[in-house]
Amino acid sequence: MNKQSEQHPSAAPLKVSGITVAYQKKAVVENVSFTLPEGRLVALIGPNGAGKSTLLKATLGLVPSIAGEVSIYGDTYKKMRSRVGYVPQRESVDWDFPTDALDVVMMGRYGHLGWIKRPGRREKELAMSTLEKVGMADFAQRQISQLSGGQQQRVFLARALVQEADLYFMDEPFAGVDAATEKAIIALLGELKAAGKTVLVVHHDLSTVEEYFDHVLLLNKKLIAAGPTETTFTPELLHETYGGKLAIVSSNGREALVGE
Amino acid sequence: MMDFWIILTAVLVASACSILGCFLILRRMALVGDAISHAVLPGIAIAFLMSGTRDSMWMLLGATAFGLLTVFLIQTLQTSGLQSDASIGIVFTALFAVGVLLISLNAQHIDLDLDCVLFGEIAYVPWDTWTLGGADMGPRAVWMLGITLTVILLLMGLFYKQFKICAFDPAMAAACGIPVLLFHYLLMGMVSMTAVSSFESVGAILVVGMLIIPAATAYLLTNRLGVMIGLSVAAGIVSAISGYLISYLLDASIAGCIVSVAGILFILALLLSPSHGLIAKFARRREAQAA
Repeated sequence: MNKQSEQHPSAAPLKVSGITVAYQKKAVVENVSFTLPEGRLVALIGPNGAGKSTLLKATLGLVPSIAGEVSIYGDTYKKMRSRVGYVPQRESVDWDFPTDALDVVMMGRYGHLGWIKRPGRREKELAMSTLEKVGMADFAQRQISQLSGGQQQRVFLARALVQEADLYFMDEPFAGVDAATEKAIIALLGELKAAGKTVLVVHHDLSTVEEYFDHVLLLNKKLIAAGPTETTFTPELLHETYGGKLAIVSSNGREALVGE
Repeated sequence: MMDFWIILTAVLVASACSILGCFLILRRMALVGDAISHAVLPGIAIAFLMSGTRDSMWMLLGATAFGLLTVFLIQTLQTSGLQSDASIGIVFTALFAVGVLLISLNAQHIDLDLDCVLFGEIAYVPWDTWTLGGADMGPRAVWMLGITLTVILLLMGLFYKQFKICAFDPAMAAACGIPVLLFHYLLMGMVSMTAVSSFESVGAILVVGMLIIPAATAYLLTNRLGVMIGLSVAAGIVSAISGYLISYLLDASIAGCIVSVAGILFILALLLSPSHGLIAKFARRREAQAA
């Protein structure tokens, strides 16, 4: 679909080698290396303060890393930027900003428009059809502070989808959303996977990992393990990741893992 | 004719400030605007000393350089762990003090009155004219403000989408490949230019009012950024013209009247805005209680 992918037909969507991030000499992400396989839904999990968001941001160059390399489809992030979509944490922006849902989604196209070109009818149509996809078409003209948390999250997802990327980074998209939104996000992840896209999701709810994700990365400053969910999402490795902060509780006769 | 130049100056100040103010308050940087408007003083003084004239280009350059230095110093202090309000307070008062020192030490070389620095005197604008090759080109302040407003309209017109996304979601903007830092400094550079060109007309204190009050008024009245900028400029221009007329009737400070009118418009918006207004909120609460 892209020139570059023809040049590197076998290049992984994301290859991170030895990335280290430090805030004032204190390492928050230490020597992390992993490779994501194409067309998978990948959960990045770990306790609070494990550096999940930081790892995501360092991969995107949003926080400086003191060591390590990132390769996206076999090339640098700078060159492959247009193939990457990013969904930041919902709290990272001011929802009182004077704008509506449709306008926020259109911002996803700004990267494609270049320096001077303004968003026009094509961008508007694309944004509108993407809002439809996330079940938010009726709220297109709604001021963003008038949306519920789940609706805001769906607007953020739509903004990333409209980028038409191949590799998506999502920072806690399930945090504080309603059941309808959670379902909408899951349906969307399924569609992305079916279209051969790769999605890396910072995830908190351990009870849904096996249901939602093919692949997991377990992080606690260092990478504890990475691999397919069946072989990597095991009680032993989870204990290693969460330390004493993990409890295994049994409810409705079914075992569930509760992080913190 | 005098009235015309004064009103034109006031309208230019209001327009430039009202546009930039929208971005400042949305980025929660209203106080940085305050800081810049004071910290450009040493830039003006140094430009005076170096060029030995009231040459506008030197003043614009010197002041803009100091405006950007202010922003850079504030950020440096913040990243080294100081609170952001403390960083702003330290940098701008220190630079303003340097400016005051430079002016008082070189009083015989610098034709700048410190009262004028703080409060401005827009009534003098028509007399301070720019002569080019012996020809009278009109008031210097009008030229400086005109250039500043042209730069603002040009940059905002070309890069509106970048300024908007950098204000709403800088992380997303950076991930899209938009040079967030460049647009940050462009905005700050424009604020510095505006601060220095408004300096002699409205002074270092009242320019902050023109930066923040019309934009805050517009913020209460709309949910769209484009409309907010338009309303902000409208509020600024209405304040400028009616402020001038009121000052004429009362025989009071022109800049003081202009900013006072801006304040009255803000209070009206605060009370009457259909979405954010106190009266509408009160009515909604009553309705909810009744239901």
